[in-house]
Amino acid sequence: MPQTIDQTIIRIAEIIINELKLEDVTPETFDPDLDLIDEVGIDSMDLATIALVLRDEFGIRIDEDDYPTLTSVRIISHYINDKLNSDE
Amino acid sequence: MITVSSLLDDHWYARYKKISKLNIRSSIYDVTNRCNLRCKGCFFFSSGEDEAAAEEHDLGRWQAFIDDETRRGVNLAILIGGEPTLCLDRVEAFYRRLPTFCATNGLIKVPRERFPDMMVGLSLWGDEEDEKTLRGKDTFKISSANYQGDPHAYYLYTITPRQLGKTEKIIQKIRDVGLKVHMQLLSNDEEVDGFSWQAEELVAVRAEMDTMLDRYPETVISSRYYHEVITTGRMLGRQFGWQECPSVTEPLDRRQPRPKRLTNFIRWSSDLHTMHRCCTSETRDCSTCKDGAAHMSWVMVNKRDHIRTSRDLQNWIEVYEMFAKLYQFIPW
Ligand code: SF4
Ligand code: SF4
Repeated sequence: MPQTIDQTIIRIAEIIINELKLEDVTPETFDPDLDLIDEVGIDSMDLATIALVLRDEFGIRIDEDDYPTLTSVRIISHYINDKLNSDE
Repeated sequence: MITVSSLLDDHWYARYKKISKLNIRSSIYDVTNRCNLRCKGCFFFSSGEDEAAAEEHDLGRWQAFIDDETRRGVNLAILIGGEPTLCLDRVEAFYRRLPTFCATNGLIKVPRERFPDMMVGLSLWGDEEDEKTLRGKDTFKISSANYQGDPHAYYLYTITPRQLGKTEKIIQKIRDVGLKVHMQLLSNDEEVDGFSWQAEELVAVRAEMDTMLDRYPETVISSRYYHEVITTGRMLGRQFGWQECPSVTEPLDRRQPRPKRLTNFIRWSSDLHTMHRCCTSETRDCSTCKDGAAHMSWVMVNKRDHIRTSRDLQNWIEVYEMFAKLYQFIPW
């Protein structure tokens, strides 16, 4: 069954919190529109790590050229859902 | 969760926004194996890198190679050598394709009609006496005449232990010829007697660098945090060295766990095939490495770890700004 965007957002937030070991935030309180690069300071190495987890979990490949556009949890979630839907 | 805007007031946030999206991707290129000097302690010759590969002479191959580098995502070419100005056609091939920085001893003037805004870093190893001891010549006399008042040139002043107490005179003479200066420390790759850093000298040179920055803010391009990190080798409680170095050539980097590092960074030899281990000497002991660019990059790639307190993040911003100025991504 396809995931709703809200489910994806919570799951992506959870992955980012775990991978980057972010403190004092839960998937539910993570602002999905927060700019991950400007505000959280994630870089292309962090994104590469996250991309690997997403590949394993969702079975999708994230193109390295797309990294700079993936600036918030919401944007990443739409990116993933779009890819999942286009593969169906 | 700590975010950038929760740590910065409006002034610092505006400064942060000017650099936060720069995404600098540098690589380093040996333009030639030859030089018109032979400085004692030059890492290039002391580690035999001048003989690591035969120089490519075909300009067309250089041009094609640089085109490939742009496709690889490089957006800053740092030209070193040997002495790049001995091969201005190769320098021009970079300059026409990429933002380019050229390190030089300044003995040959880069013709500004051909390279109007290429940033030039002029190496300087101390006062007349030290320059003569280490380089066989007082290069300042020539380089300052060549570049006086040039807005796209600055001195890369390598401080040696013998320069303690003497840096101010040098900073003043650089100021007097209308140029800027960035300070770094000698790593003494050829173990020239009396030029290796002792612990107490590193404490003293840090204080002296801080004083120079405070007294000559218009001339000195630096930051106190950079002084701290390069003289102590420590950042946020971590020790600089092989396991932390960000400036290792990426395809040769087998470190596990892999530290934060420069994305896609390669140091290329002048045959355009051979890669060197890192941004500096192949044979240098990482535990005593004082490479300025590697220490700066160490701070820059560890941005998230500096999003901790306002002071930590401001320190990060100052180091990033310094780098961005030295390579012309933001104005002086
Ligand atoms: S001018 Fe630079 S490349 Fe030439 S010998 Fe001196 S340090 Fe080495
Ligand atoms: S010598 Fe310096 S720049 Fe090179 S790998 Fe070691 S620490 Fe890094």
